[in-house]
This record gives sequence, structure tokens and C-alpha cells, in this order.
Amino acid sequence: MTAAPRRIGSAATLAVAAFVALPILSVTWTALSAGLGPQWAHLWATVLPDYISGTLLLSLWVALGVAVIGVATAWLVTMCRFPGSGVLRWALVLPLALPAYVVAFLYTDMLEYAGPVQGALRDVFEWRTRRDYWFLEIRSLGGAAFVMTLAFYPYVFLLARSAFLEQSHDAWEVSRTLCDTPLSAFRRVALPLAWPSVMVGIALAVMEAVSDYGVVSFFAVPTLTNGLFNVWLVMGDRAFGAQIALLLLVFVVALVTVERRARARRTYFALSTRSRSAAPVVLRGWRAWAALAACALPVLLGFVLPVWQLAGLAAGYDAEPGAGFAATVARSLPLAAAAAALTVAVGLGLAYAARLGLSPLARAAARVASFGYAVPGAVLAIGVLIPFGAFDRAVGALLLSGTVFALLSTYLVRFLTLSHGTLEAGLQRIRPSLDMAARTLGRGAVATLGRVHVPLLRGALLTAGLLVFVDVLKELPATLVLRPFDFETLATSVYTLASDERYGEAAAPALILTVAGLIPAVILSGLLGRRAGAAEAA
Amino acid sequence: MSASLDFVGVTHGYGGQAVLDGLSLHVPEGRVTCLLGPSGCGKTTLLRIAAGLERPWSGRVLLGGREVDGAATHVPPERRNVGFLFQDFALFPHLDVLDNVAFGIRSGTRADRRVRARELLGRLGIGEKAAVHPHLLSGGQQQRVALARALAPDPAVLLLDEPFSGLDTVLRRGVYEELRALLGQTGVTAVVVTHDPVEAMILGHRVVLMNQGRIEQQGTPEDLYQRPSSPFVMRFLGEANSLPAHRDGSEAVTPLGRYAAPAGDGPLQALVRPERVAVSPSGGRAARVVSSVFLGRAVRLHLDLDGTRLTAEVPADRPYAEGESVSVRVEAADMRLFPAGSERD
Repeated sequence: MTAAPRRIGSAATLAVAAFVALPILSVTWTALSAGLGPQWAHLWATVLPDYISGTLLLSLWVALGVAVIGVATAWLVTMCRFPGSGVLRWALVLPLALPAYVVAFLYTDMLEYAGPVQGALRDVFEWRTRRDYWFLEIRSLGGAAFVMTLAFYPYVFLLARSAFLEQSHDAWEVSRTLCDTPLSAFRRVALPLAWPSVMVGIALAVMEAVSDYGVVSFFAVPTLTNGLFNVWLVMGDRAFGAQIALLLLVFVVALVTVERRARARRTYFALSTRSRSAAPVVLRGWRAWAALAACALPVLLGFVLPVWQLAGLAAGYDAEPGAGFAATVARSLPLAAAAAALTVAVGLGLAYAARLGLSPLARAAARVASFGYAVPGAVLAIGVLIPFGAFDRAVGALLLSGTVFALLSTYLVRFLTLSHGTLEAGLQRIRPSLDMAARTLGRGAVATLGRVHVPLLRGALLTAGLLVFVDVLKELPATLVLRPFDFETLATSVYTLASDERYGEAAAPALILTVAGLIPAVILSGLLGRRAGAAEAA
Repeated sequence: MSASLDFVGVTHGYGGQAVLDGLSLHVPEGRVTCLLGPSGCGKTTLLRIAAGLERPWSGRVLLGGREVDGAATHVPPERRNVGFLFQDFALFPHLDVLDNVAFGIRSGTRADRRVRARELLGRLGIGEKAAVHPHLLSGGQQQRVALARALAPDPAVLLLDEPFSGLDTVLRRGVYEELRALLGQTGVTAVVVTHDPVEAMILGHRVVLMNQGRIEQQGTPEDLYQRPSSPFVMRFLGEANSLPAHRDGSEAVTPLGRYAAPAGDGPLQALVRPERVAVSPSGGRAARVVSSVFLGRAVRLHLDLDGTRLTAEVPADRPYAEGESVSVRVEAADMRLFPAGSERD
């Protein structure tokens, strides 16, 4: 529009992009400048192959698991009607509320030797010791894949369901007349059309799996993230830690590439015309029960059972929660609120700067600013530690590292995409003529933002703030690395207590995280529900 | 606080493609000037430059004699004191009608501003809608609120971008004259962009016809309609028959007879409006009625004049039969002769 706000917007965008790029660049620099020392060969011969194969195998199993569960359940609740399909349509999103590390410790508690399941089996079959029988070991790579599949399949479910909703009635009916069975119509038309969306969902789930620290650490699964913690924190080898972090980054860049390509194809496949969605098939008899079982099982295993267990633990824990717990809550909530406010403010600034018009360089930088969400929390944390630590050493005082400032910076970089994306979508729904009207009526760019955009964006600002707030509450790996001494958040206290097998004590903070986690689950399924309603009304 | 508006050698475009080509224009104070032209001719770009929403590549813009765009100047829209009426009216959906109108008033207390807004709404005949939110208003009411909002800060110039495109066709007819009366009442300098010659002629004291980033002709509506300077102007403002013509000395020979030719020696083309073709039983050139269409006030005749097709619009005082022989005549003042190939499209 006019020169001055545009220059300021471009400069601010460049600054934010530089801030996001700083941790990534410092990891890369540290990793490459260290070179391959003698210990590299040693570690390569011992642990590194395990880390890499662990990450690859975990990714593979999670990808398969979330694809099968997510696509099958999305198809059934969207295209078929059976008893309970209306409830399952939103209930299938619920597992999103539980952090994977909470599910992991609850299943450990349930399935371990002293837990209720093995105890009941021993009573029934009169086994005496561990050697009398074989029982599946949840603390394994398979167990981690199981837990993560339950925690992350809703990504695929949500994206696949919205893709199925967008498919036109006509395409489906044509395919039914040309294919011999509904199953072959699904395989040859509906699934290929939805595939780009499914790929986006799988990529997001695998990104989560690769970045996870809580689950793999409980289950002692060797992955790159687990290895990064061992090497960096336990062995104290910064250079090799940075090199593992770089490997993780390479892995993530591959995933982001898959995701962005799939997103581009998704727009290409998206329907330009509004059309009625397909009439649902009413299932009867054994088919209806099979569909109900298939869709209810992920909800039971991923939400009902863990929450039941969690509620039982919390109720059974009779000791006083203690001052520690109160202090944790009193620290965690304001920290998450501050991070949410900061992230929403910067996200709004970025989105508005893009609306005012950016210089070509700043336009490229804006793409960098949205990369943070893909970077694993642990990698980001050491990427922040390296430059902050260097600064503190230069100054001779602990100003940046090990402070709340370091935590807030990391949350900002990690969750900026979430707020920026939400607000950008919100701004796009505001007609540009409103901006120009305000400008010709004597309001500058900043006053226009305050008097026109912010009031109109109230819903989007609230959504963005809540999404970031809950994600910060649940964030574990970066918080573990960067938190100030003796500083517990809800997430770290769940992790520390559960690591010490103090499950009863861990239940209260885990319950708070779960209740908070319901907020984004409700927001996401509500957004989709509104679109489904619109498609059915059309 | 009306002011004149001047463009001096303004060039502007998008992505390296020039849309305005060194255009100069004087918009007189206190009058309504219509920028008319086909889509893509640059008329909306010129309006946006006047508002400061675009900064021209080169050239100057003066508002009331003060430079607002120049080699080193660019006054942003919020400091120009111009009113803008947008195609979609751009009413703020989160504010009620009164707050929309008061949005741009900067002087006085909050109460003063509301009094002024209420007074404007009353003058525009929508005082009773003050507390209503915009989405509950009809298109015509939205237009009046948008007009009140644009007028509220007492702008030096009011800019209107296709003010009727947001209204349905049935509604438009009534609103044309209403807007004309309102603009006349306020006495504000107004620039209206439109692609519809009827709109331009109803609203504009002056009409500026643009084509391909340049001004083809400017003047009163009568000037442009009766005395077009080019075939483009003549065709854009209304229907025209095109007839073959050639020179014979100082005269032009057409199927309808001989007329005084314009200076020069190149080939010619002759244009005549259908309502200027007189049809009578005898006394002119013989023609045959190919078909006739009854339009109510008039009858539209397709005529064959020794192989030349001609359309005429005549009073509907009697029916015409297919194949009927008639006689046609065009007065010298109504036959427009232009050098052939003078058309730019």
C-alpha cells in the first residue's frame, strides 16, 4: 500500500525469519565444524546404527498404523451409517487430547508385571512367577509404535475425513456405475482422490513420532531423539549431539518435502465447484457391528481406557497433592499463557505484514518463518542453547540460557506456524476493500489493524491462542532441556514422576494436561463439523 | 471543502505492464466527472492512484493544487482527505451503521462525531437504521451508508468505484437519479468510475472516455454522444451503423448519398446512429425491410439498402411488413465521417 509500513513489515519479517533460522543454523554449524573425530567412528560402530534403524522402524510402523486406522475410520463414519456413527464422528478425534507420553505411562502401569492385567491373568491361570508364562512387553519398539499410532492417527482421520467430504457425489456415483463393487470404487476413485490429504496426515504423524522423547525414553527405544538426549545430556558430548541433531533435521526435511508436495497436489485435486456430498450407505446386520467395532476400538484403546486408568490412579492416590504440585500448576499455566500471547502477537504481525505487501526477500523469509513446527523440540532446544550459551559466556553471566526467556524463544519458534497459519487464514476472509476503506477514512496501517482487523479476527485470535497454549503445556523435550534449575512444568513433572514409577502422583498433572488437550480436539472436530454441515446442506 | 484534482503525465501499471500511459487530466472542483471505458482501460487504477492506494511509477497528482504524488512525494491515503466508495461498499461488519459512519470523523468529542454521523444518515434518508448492523441492510441502503461514511470526514474529493455494480439491475434504475441528486446536493468534487455509458451520462457533468490507458475524449455527455471524435467514442456511447464510403473530391460518397468529407485524402468510414435514420414512404433512398422488432416506444428495423445492411429505430406509429419498400434518409449533421483505420481497440 504505502512505503513506510511495508518497509517496516518487511524488516520485521526478516528479523523473525532470522530468529527462527538461528537455532537451525547453529546446530548445523556446530555439527559440521566439529568434524568427524575418533569418537565418531567408535559411536558409529556402537550406538548410531541402532538410533537410525530405531527411528526408521518406528516411523514405518507408525506410518502404517495411522494410515490404516485413520483412512478406514474416516471412510466408515463419512460414507456409511451404522449404530454410533454419529458419536464416533467426533469421538475418533478424542485421542488427540492425550499426550503420547501420558498414554505410554498409563499402558505401562496397566500391562506391567504388577499391573491389573497380568495380575488378573495370574489369578485366573494360577501362574506364580514371571517364568510361568509369556506376556507381551510394552516397553519395546512395538509398544512405542502402538502408543504413537493411538495418539497420532487422528491427524490422518481428520485430513482423510475432510478429503472424503470434499469429494463430489457425482464422482462417487459415476465410479459406482463403472466399478463392480463399492470396495473397488473406493480403491480406484475415492482413495486416490483423498491420497494427498492422507499423505499430509501421515507426514505429520511421523514428524511427531520422530520428535517424541517421552515415549521412547519410557520404553528405552533407541531412536535419534533418545540418542540425542543420551549423548548431549548424559555423555555431555556437544559436538556429537549436534551431529545427531543434524541427522534428525535431514530426516525432518525429507518429511516436510513429502508433506508440502502432498499439500500442493491436494489443492490440485480439490473440487472447484460446490457439490453435494455422497449419500451415505446404511449398513445393517453383521456389517454394521463390524463397522462399529472397527471405529470404536481406536477410541477405546486411545482414549476411554487410558482416561479410565488415569481417573482411577488419580482417585486412588490419597496422599496430599502437596505444595510441589500447586507450584507446578502456578508456573505452567502462566508460562503457557505468556508463550501463547507472544506467539499470537508475532504470528499476527507476520500475517499482517504479508497483507501490507512484502519485498521479494521478505517474501522468501516468510517461508523460513513457518519451518519451526517441523523441527523436533530437542533439536530446537540445543539450537537455542548453543548461541545463548555462547552469549552468556561472552558476557560472563547466565542471562539467556537456563531462563524462562530461552523457553519462550523456543516455544515461539516451534509454534509460530500454528498461530501464523490460523491468523493468515482468518485475514484472508477479510475483504481487502475494508483495509482500503479504513485507510481512506484517515486511519494508518497500525490503527487499521487495531480498529478493523483485530475485532474481526477475535475468533481466530482465540483459536490460535488456545492451540498454542495447549501445545506449550504438553511440550516435553525442549522444556526438559531448557527449563531453569528446579523448574517443573506439568509436562516435565508427569515425565519425571512417571519415570520414577510414581504413577499415582503423575496422574493429577496428567489429568490437567488431558482436560486442556480436549480444547484443540474440540476446536478441530468442530471446524470439520461445520464444513461437513455446509457440504450436506449444499 | 471541495477541491480540484489534477493528474500530470501519470504512468502506472502492474508487473512491468503499463496500464496508464502518461495520462493528464483536470477534474474541476465541485462537479461530477465520470471516468468511462472498457474494462482494463486503466480507469480504476487512476481512481486508486487518486486515493493514494497505488503509487504511480511516474507523473504527478495534485489535490487542490497541493502535490500528493510526485518524484519525491507520496502522501498516504490516510492523510489525503479523500472519500472512497468501494464496489462492495466495504462496510465494517463488526460496527453498526452509526459507528461505520462515525469511523472517519476525527474532530470533536465522541458525542460530536455521533451527532454529525446521525445528521448525515438523516440527510441520506436512513436515519432509522443507525443501530443496525450492515448485513441486515438491503443493497441500496448499504450503498447509502457507504456514501455517508465516505462523506462524513468532509473529503476534498469523493471517489466512487463502479458504485452500482453491487446492486441488482432492478434496483439500479431508481438509484441512479438518487445518487445524482445526492451528489448535486453536497456539492462535493466527485470522480465516478463506470463501464456503463448510461450511468456515466446520468451522473456526470463531464465524461472522460478512456481507452488503453489514454483519454479518447472528454466533455459533456452531449459532446461525446453528439460529436464523437473517433469511431471508438461513437461506438462506446451507443449503437452505430457502419457504412462504406469513399472520397470524390471534397465529398464523401455513401450508400445514403453525398456528404461533405473531412480534410485529408485517405479512405473513409461513415457511422450513423439507428435513431438518426429517418424512414418514410418516399423522398430518400429506396430500401427493403428485412425484419422488424417491436420495442414498445420504438420499432427496430433491419433494412437492406442495395446490399448494405442498415439498422434504424423509428417511432412505433405503424407496423412494418417484411419485404416492404421504404425510403431512408440521414441528415448531414447526423452522418459522422472518419478517416478509415482511425480506430484503436
